[in-house]
Amino acid sequence: MILPRVIPTLLLRNTGLVKTVRFKDPVYVGDPRNAVKIFNEREVDELLLLDIQSTPRKSPIQFDLIREIVTEAFMPIGYGGGITDAEQARQLVKLGIEKVVLGTAAAQNPGLVSDLSRFVGASSTMVCLDYKRNFWGKKEVMIGGGREGTGRDPLEFALEMEKRGAGELILNCVDRDGSMQGYDIDLLAVISSHLDIPVIACGGAGRLPDFRAAVDAGASAAAAGSFFVFHGRHRAVLINYPSRAELRATFLGEA
Amino acid sequence: MIVIVDYGMGNLGSIANMLKQVGAPAIISADPQVITGAERLILAGVGAFDAGMERLHNLGLIPTLERMVLEQEIPFLGICLGMQLLGRRSEEGQRPGLGWLEADTVRFDFGANPARLRIPHMGWNELQPRTSHPLLQDLGEEPRFYFVHSFYVRCDRREDVLAQTEYGLWFDAVVGRGNLLGTQFHPEKSHRYGKKVLQNFVEWRP
Repeated sequence: MILPRVIPTLLLRNTGLVKTVRFKDPVYVGDPRNAVKIFNEREVDELLLLDIQSTPRKSPIQFDLIREIVTEAFMPIGYGGGITDAEQARQLVKLGIEKVVLGTAAAQNPGLVSDLSRFVGASSTMVCLDYKRNFWGKKEVMIGGGREGTGRDPLEFALEMEKRGAGELILNCVDRDGSMQGYDIDLLAVISSHLDIPVIACGGAGRLPDFRAAVDAGASAAAAGSFFVFHGRHRAVLINYPSRAELRATFLGEA
Repeated sequence: MIVIVDYGMGNLGSIANMLKQVGAPAIISADPQVITGAERLILAGVGAFDAGMERLHNLGLIPTLERMVLEQEIPFLGICLGMQLLGRRSEEGQRPGLGWLEADTVRFDFGANPARLRIPHMGWNELQPRTSHPLLQDLGEEPRFYFVHSFYVRCDRREDVLAQTEYGLWFDAVVGRGNLLGTQFHPEKSHRYGKKVLQNFVEWRP
């Protein structure tokens, strides 16, 4: 029996972990090594580690920190942030990163997706599609940490990424980031019905039934940030991950 | 010493990391001399079947591997692509495999039904043991393993199948005969369950 994957998304800012709301107002939530250690003990399905400064600030990929983090974590880890060429991807994979995530670079240089797919394999090539509703109410692909519009339609962009060799697509709704109000189910359903590759829902999860709703809409996996690092109404920082029994009940129980 | 065969197909560091955790340091090497000194061999890797065979061939490793595995019969573990290469051929490519097991690698095919399962089979799944084997002993409660693959191995001989996994159909997830073992899943990405499998391999005396 295979259960959909439930994936904590950790945002790296300098050497600390933060959590944002609508890609803004980063709140410090802890040390990445420590957090990954806890997630490792909780036996999480998978982790996503995204350096939110590497691309906008053009700061270098923190290979040493990444190495420290992955050496003692025995689950698949995806890394994104600041990747601009296939050689960096190869280096990351060599360190033990299972999946390499492209965001801004995939939009600016779509050929890089094909390169990565060839060099590290499609199943290790992930594209993170950030999008938000623009001034005219249309959903638009965003780059540069959600700051810059591309004028591109998410579905059309997602199809191009699949065609270019992406093995997975993270569909990340900027407007819902940190809101804990649930995923953008509408677009998730549209995109996953048009794509053959796995689609990972991201942005807005606040309760276990949100994961189920994403999967029922066609997502292969559900990612979240706040859900795994905040606890209670006052958003106290507490790293947590549902038990196997909870996940089983979430995905196999009555909806 | 355990040698992880470095033939340029994917991430081998995680396997070395996990072996270190079970107290069995390993060397990652493509040097036939180092491989000749191995007490145990691991052939892992991800990627295309033909690319894998081509790399083994171009590195001149096949005669060395055959001497160690088929003649000296040292314990051998193939992981993911490394397990698929043990068979005769794959639907993924044209090149013959190592041919050490009577097995073929075939593609998952769920047709065009819109509710079909997605390919690759990616995520955590369970094993259904078909026989008892030291590799799969004491895995703890509800063991689960990380899989990522679009092709699966089909053994001719049912006695070579140690465990199966269900994804649309039952496929051979762990195979073995004599000193040969193969897992379709990635023990190095499978938490304590995978760690136990690697530890079992390290302690195994075929």
